[in-house]
Amino acid sequence: MERVVVVGASAAGSTTAQTLRREGFAGAVTVIGDEPHLPYDRPPLSKQVLLGTWPVERTSFGASTTYAEQGIDLRLGVRAAGLDLDRRVVELSTGEEVGWDHLVVATGVQPVRLSAGHHLDGVHVLRTLDDAVALRKSLVDAESVVVVGAGFLGSETAAAARQLGCEVTLVDVAPAPMAVQLGAELGWMISELHAANGVRVVGGTAVTGLVGESAVEGVELADGSVVKADAVLVAVGSRPATNWLDASGLPCRDGVLCDEAPDGVHAAGDVARWISSRFGTSLRLEHRFNATEQAVCAARRILGQEVDFDPVPYFWTDQYDARIQVYGVIAPDARLVVVQGDPAARKFLAHYVSDGRVTAVLGWNMPRELRAARALLTAI
Amino acid sequence: MDVEIDQESCVAAGQCVLAAPEVFDQRDEDGVAVLLRKPLADEYDATREAALLCPARAILLSE
Repeated sequence: MERVVVVGASAAGSTTAQTLRREGFAGAVTVIGDEPHLPYDRPPLSKQVLLGTWPVERTSFGASTTYAEQGIDLRLGVRAAGLDLDRRVVELSTGEEVGWDHLVVATGVQPVRLSAGHHLDGVHVLRTLDDAVALRKSLVDAESVVVVGAGFLGSETAAAARQLGCEVTLVDVAPAPMAVQLGAELGWMISELHAANGVRVVGGTAVTGLVGESAVEGVELADGSVVKADAVLVAVGSRPATNWLDASGLPCRDGVLCDEAPDGVHAAGDVARWISSRFGTSLRLEHRFNATEQAVCAARRILGQEVDFDPVPYFWTDQYDARIQVYGVIAPDARLVVVQGDPAARKFLAHYVSDGRVTAVLGWNMPRELRAARALLTAI
Repeated sequence: MDVEIDQESCVAAGQCVLAAPEVFDQRDEDGVAVLLRKPLADEYDATREAALLCPARAILLSE
């Protein structure tokens, strides 16, 4: 019997397994997940879970019986420790080996930490459900919160903390929140959004340390000042979780290089890097929709279908009343051109133009218009 | 085929409309998905694709 082993039990891993079953795969399917929880969705962690508007159970992708009914062997609380490509086995932290004919690497990413201070009470990272529950508990009790890093997670957490009534400072080395992801111009708009909601935004500033005895008391900035804090989120980026592959010989460079992987080895989700001919660049995307698209592609390739993978990426962020959605890939040098609506009214559609081409479209509270604008990118 | 949309979970990505434009649409004000009508037999595959791709897993099918 043909055996598929999926390492990673989050969106990409569980979607791969379920797509295989839904589309008729008759062999054995094993999913290995290092967290004790049943597969769950991550985008709500920095939104509804922090705000407390959803009970944590609502993030679940389904009951354990769903997997049993589909004949998916879900192995939770077990870590993949190594991979042997010649013998085609995954080595588990328990010492056990699991053999495969098709392997799907879907181990995601791990948060980057500061060099010191994470032992202090009240200092958090945010990746897992347990992280989100612990962070929420801190935020509910906190008066002053500092968020270090103003990317997706940091900006969304600053918004949630503010909505929970905390005094919030959002710090980043970049000039404005999400400037790295969305460009400086959009970053200034997000900076204004946070400021209008009462967040103190500190751009262009490095954090030099966390201050406290056993619990955190403050965050030290590069100018020597200390911002008071009884809860801190460190959201300074993440790295692909590929340590377990280091000795395997599987080609990895900031992610698993899908195009160089041997036959029978696939990768999906945040950990996967591939060459996009549409955008003429190597891509690795930490976006929820990409996890689904790559998982479906991996499952269909395992089923023997010739599937081309060169999608138009999609991602979104929700902060306060702003729903910001993007299709495409934003080049670092791209120019933002507002084509409809008005940024001052916080409802507009914009193009990102690079080398005279539109490579991404962004909607700020304009979902329908954005979907129509996506057609500009499918012609690339 | 019966289609149910969990509108509170919907993140307004619009992927369902791209996959099955005869079956799904988005509300003007917030982009939340709405059902236009029950899928016809030749739209079942597209409707399944819409449910599969939904990044909020907010589309439930009963067949």
